[in-house]
Amino acid sequence: MVQPLNYLKESPSQTAGPYVHIGCTPNFAGLHGVYDKDLGAGPMVNDNTRGERITIRGFVYDGVGNALKDALVEVWQADADGFYNSPSETRGTADPNFFGWARCPGDMTTGEFVFETIKPGQVPFKDGRLMAPHISFWIVARGINIGLNTRMYFSDEEEANAVDPILSRIEHRMRVPTLIGQRDGDILTFNIHLQGEKETIFFDV
Amino acid sequence: MKNTLPETTPFFARDRDWHPPAYTPGYKTSVLRSPQRALISLEGTKSEITGPVFGHNTLGEFDNDLIINFAQPGESAIGERIMVYGRVLDERGRGVPGALVEFWQANAGGRYRHKKESYLAPLDPNFGGFGRTITDDDGNYAFRTIKPGPYPWPNGVNDWRPAHIHFSVFGHGFAQRLITQMYFEGDPMIWLCPIVKTIPDEAAIRSLVAALDMNASIPHDLRAYKFDIVLRGRRSTLFENRLEGN
Ligand SMILES: [Fe+3]
Repeated sequence: MVQPLNYLKESPSQTAGPYVHIGCTPNFAGLHGVYDKDLGAGPMVNDNTRGERITIRGFVYDGVGNALKDALVEVWQADADGFYNSPSETRGTADPNFFGWARCPGDMTTGEFVFETIKPGQVPFKDGRLMAPHISFWIVARGINIGLNTRMYFSDEEEANAVDPILSRIEHRMRVPTLIGQRDGDILTFNIHLQGEKETIFFDV
Repeated sequence: MKNTLPETTPFFARDRDWHPPAYTPGYKTSVLRSPQRALISLEGTKSEITGPVFGHNTLGEFDNDLIINFAQPGESAIGERIMVYGRVLDERGRGVPGALVEFWQANAGGRYRHKKESYLAPLDPNFGGFGRTITDDDGNYAFRTIKPGPYPWPNGVNDWRPAHIHFSVFGHGFAQRLITQMYFEGDPMIWLCPIVKTIPDEAAIRSLVAALDMNASIPHDLRAYKFDIVLRGRRSTLFENRLEGN
């Protein structure tokens, strides 16, 4: 016998199910009068937020190319200077006008998600090298048993992407473009493919 | 010791054998929504270690009372009155303070208030089926609701969900983000459910079953169910950058 370590086990995940909107975005689901507005809804910026305004648009596709109509997408990102608005951010103080987190349910008819935000600054990897600008994504839906983590990088950051510590160690190079949002003006298009030829790279974070 | 100092270390590796795998054909919707390729390991960078933290000003006065938060003044939801309470802990057994917990559920007849829901059980005009709260300094949370009913769903020809409450939890890091479901002690439907059975380990399933707690019940008013939620723990700081706060 040895001494027990006494760690607890993480609560096992279960699917968000078809009615995740009732709990996470009730106003979007037509349930008004309890929450003033849905958590994480609307623009992530105000007039005083520093940084370059961008809009991210995309769809979540299943293995036969159908856009999910019932997915919920959350994003988490640094501010324009690369600081996170989090108590665990110890390198500096983030822009007080930028929370850095938002959630968007896919449109019930088309499935499209939209985030109005800013382009994040660069955040250092644990060895001090700078990671290319990126936004963390978390996707849940009916049929997804455990939330999926991925990242969106920027197509207009080729140089930074080429030396990004995460992107540069991905063995199957042809899959790297699944992590790159395609920039056209202020619009970034970032589609997420759950399965199939174009399956997005998901991370065990 | 309270877990109040901001922590900056990465999280423990997730035990993927404890969680349901992505592809679980018994739950048919997972078949086309499950990534087939290996996840790429991304040991915690700042982007995963940090996460949004929500203040109590996020909450409305009745957000943690589903019995009345959608009801007409003076009325209340129909069903078995219960309280659900517990702690949000991390894998080290420490309470997680300031964790935002969101919950949603069907009404006493097993019907959700959702435009895509078609079960023949009636809506309760006084029940919306959702709420939220934030844990206190020790990680405690509680809310009042009515016990949800089981409901049929299109999967097998006669599949029913056991009575359950959905939970969404934010800890302190984005890598702790978790959605799960709570089941009720003694419900035989738990062991028949294809969604429950996506979890491979029976002990893991049992960790989602809330216990009836008559000591926390309020006589002549409501019964209590205890449901603790465990988020990922953080690695030790002892030999990483500082001696204090380990
Ligand atoms: Fe449900």
